Amino acid sequence: MDKIRESLLKKSLASKIERRGKAVSLFCLALIVGVVFLIFYFVASRGLATFFQNHINLWQFLSGTEWNPGTTGANGQPDVGALPMIVGSFLITILSALIATPFAIGTAVFMTEISPRRGAKVLRPVTELLVGIPSVVYGFIGLQVVVPFVRHTFGGSGYGILSGTFVLFVMILPTVTSMSADALNAVPRYYREASLALGATRWQTIYKVVLRAAIPGMLTAIVFGMARAFGEALAVQMVIGNATLLPHNLVSPASTLTSILTMGIGNTVMGSLQNNALWSLAMILLLMSLVFNLAIRYIGRKGKLNNER
Amino acid sequence: MNAKRTDKIATGILYGVAALVVIILLALLGFILIEGVPKISWHFLTAPALAFEAGGGIGIQLFNSFYLLFLALLISLPISLGAGIYLNEYAPQNTVTSLIRTTIEILSSLPSVVVGLFGYLFFVVQFKLGFSILSGAFALTVFNLPILTRSIEEALANISDSQREAGYALGLSRWETVTKIVVPAALPSIITGIVLSAGRIFGEAAALIYTAGQSAPALDFSDWNPFNISSPLSPLRPAETLAVHIWKINSEGIMPDAKAVSAGSSAVLIIAVLLFNFLARWLGKRLYKHLTAE
Amino acid sequence: MKKSRVIQLLGLIVIGVLVGFGYTNREKTNAGQSITAVGSTALQPLVEAAGEQYSSNHAGVFINVQGGGSGTGLSQIQSGAVAIGNSDIFAEEQSGIQASKLKDHRVAVVGIAPIVNKQVGVSNLTQQQLIDIFTGKVKNWREVGGNNLPITLINRAQGSGTRKTFESYALKGHASADSQEQDSSGLARSIVASTPGAISYVAFSYLDQSVQAVRVDGVRPTETNVRQNRWYIWSYEHLYTGQRPNQLTKQFIDYVLSPAVQQKLVKQLGYISVHEMQVQRSAAGKVTAVK
Repeated sequence: MDKIRESLLKKSLASKIERRGKAVSLFCLALIVGVVFLIFYFVASRGLATFFQNHINLWQFLSGTEWNPGTTGANGQPDVGALPMIVGSFLITILSALIATPFAIGTAVFMTEISPRRGAKVLRPVTELLVGIPSVVYGFIGLQVVVPFVRHTFGGSGYGILSGTFVLFVMILPTVTSMSADALNAVPRYYREASLALGATRWQTIYKVVLRAAIPGMLTAIVFGMARAFGEALAVQMVIGNATLLPHNLVSPASTLTSILTMGIGNTVMGSLQNNALWSLAMILLLMSLVFNLAIRYIGRKGKLNNER
Repeated sequence: MNAKRTDKIATGILYGVAALVVIILLALLGFILIEGVPKISWHFLTAPALAFEAGGGIGIQLFNSFYLLFLALLISLPISLGAGIYLNEYAPQNTVTSLIRTTIEILSSLPSVVVGLFGYLFFVVQFKLGFSILSGAFALTVFNLPILTRSIEEALANISDSQREAGYALGLSRWETVTKIVVPAALPSIITGIVLSAGRIFGEAAALIYTAGQSAPALDFSDWNPFNISSPLSPLRPAETLAVHIWKINSEGIMPDAKAVSAGSSAVLIIAVLLFNFLARWLGKRLYKHLTAE
Repeated sequence: MKKSRVIQLLGLIVIGVLVGFGYTNREKTNAGQSITAVGSTALQPLVEAAGEQYSSNHAGVFINVQGGGSGTGLSQIQSGAVAIGNSDIFAEEQSGIQASKLKDHRVAVVGIAPIVNKQVGVSNLTQQQLIDIFTGKVKNWREVGGNNLPITLINRAQGSGTRKTFESYALKGHASADSQEQDSSGLARSIVASTPGAISYVAFSYLDQSVQAVRVDGVRPTETNVRQNRWYIWSYEHLYTGQRPNQLTKQFIDYVLSPAVQQKLVKQLGYISVHEMQVQRSAAGKVTAVK
């Protein structure tokens, strides 16, 4: 009797495993979240030093156009105006996303809706392969092909926002394409069947049903692409010219946050103003990816609501 | 009919767009391969790099790339598997979960430079690991975790609930259902996710420059004891990977054949990623057959 | 189920034994016998090559050389994290570094030459012209006797050793105008080679057929001219240590300064041996003849 009682009251092995499994998986998740906070803490602790230790005015940092942390400007404070880099980063990100999006979505639709067989055989492997090409390689192709092309076609030295945009366009294209294709694939089959049964043409089905249903997923894809473009360092650094000047036009040399960051960090001494100012740039990068994310979540949620309605 | 014509036009345009993208991508691939493949030889693949003479190879860098990839996956796979399982199977639908998801998305969109610099501050300086394989592997883990977690979660979410219900009906606990039924069923897509992320890790340079370092000291390939610093397995030696090598010789290289080495390395990198993709696809199919007893 | 448990356990035990075996059989002689040098990417190949030679002569010694940039090297040696900090510039020139706490070992000299694109049609400039070009006063090559081409400045990154040297000695301390920047010599050279009207500056070892090296006031950028300070755009390559470096570090630096390295490696890498200099220069830029 006691034995039975005991075995009934005791937690079964399965429930023990269940608990352990849940705890372990929760721990993994907590670890990732912890890493994110750690990154924010570390970057912020360096990046904020510019403002608290070196007493740089935040507004001056964001709106100043002179970047030369080693020297003192006209107002007696070091020249740490990050505006040229901020403008450069934004321009290049938005432009490349604008160009890449129609191509990526068009290709993704082709892959999933029009010719799934060819899509699976040719396009998908190629795009997945291209995701793996190191950015350095893109940079050097940019240097050898894109920069001369821009110089001959649009004038200027060839280094600038436009070249950066072209390089980034090709770089983010595979990522956005394959993620959009995933989003389209995730649209249930019966959506399409229902639409076709109603007499809609293939294009009507794609445009009115499939694309709408996949909007949140595709937006995520685009933001992923934008985030990659915003954070891309080595490829852009090679073709943009890295001049800390406000870009006058698309073919004048400009710079991005990442390009100045990677160039400078090895030449400065930990804890000095020059170094802190660079960490402040890193902090802007960090905050921007935060903003990107929040924006996309907001749009994605709206898209979902529209779908359900 | 109007709708029909629109349909035709749209289809035509889509064909055009897809063709254009394929042309761009193939031209890119072709450019790299045509430039690089003629430079590849057995000597090139195995010889150590030479700093200022022609005829150096990429043997050590190639090994470093694979070793780093292996270590990074070794660390990140269990963590992201756990996190993916929790998110998809256990997490309640509430604000906290949604906040956690946001956090992971933020991590995935962090610029690799920032990840690299964080790795430098945290692993290299704070933990005094120096520029080493271990620092590099941790940085790559940070970089890889969100991508992998996301793809695993998606893979799990695509398994229909009837599978889970079948598991419960058999009296399995949730955890057992997940590990015995759901994960095996999702394995092929999990593997695809791993491959995709592996490709990105393999080509990553910005996160490694300040963590795994930019030097590839000579290795003693007869010594496989990880506690010796000249052993290939030693996790505490600095390790320049292939992608970092391409970046370095293009920027600082003074060997006379720098262009050729960089073209050859790029081709090797792409071929490696290609082989990787094929292998994983094949493996995914095999595993699927094996685990689902089909 | 049970069987797989046993296999798992066995696997763990095997791994554990292997790790333990590896740990006990590690080359203990190596344990304390390694030094780490971090810093300048320009100096890295020299130290690396010297380190490899040194290790092959002294079994069991490992010289661990890492890049990261001069700033990284100096801050790492200042914090005591490494044995040697490689730098392209004097510690005195780097803000945030207390030079008095460090010991300077000059191991090589590097000459720096202005380079222009071949279409420019200029092979000689006066120093004043050079200053005018880099401060943005002169905008077209026509004004300095070249072809009708707009001037494109390619600078090195702020804080880079090459740029500091060039600004202090070629431009007499004038800061150059805001322009394109590149963080490496190789890239600067290939950009100058491919961009019409471009001008930049690189170390002698990067001079090649793809670009035109420029004479300044008629003086050729050659090693002989650097030795006599007739070509005054040059700088030292430094290995910085703490005030009291340990025995191994000292021996290694002596080795780098020995003829074995100075006569062969230093030359192969395109540097000039410190022993051949007929002048020396202080951190403040004062030049004196070597007795």
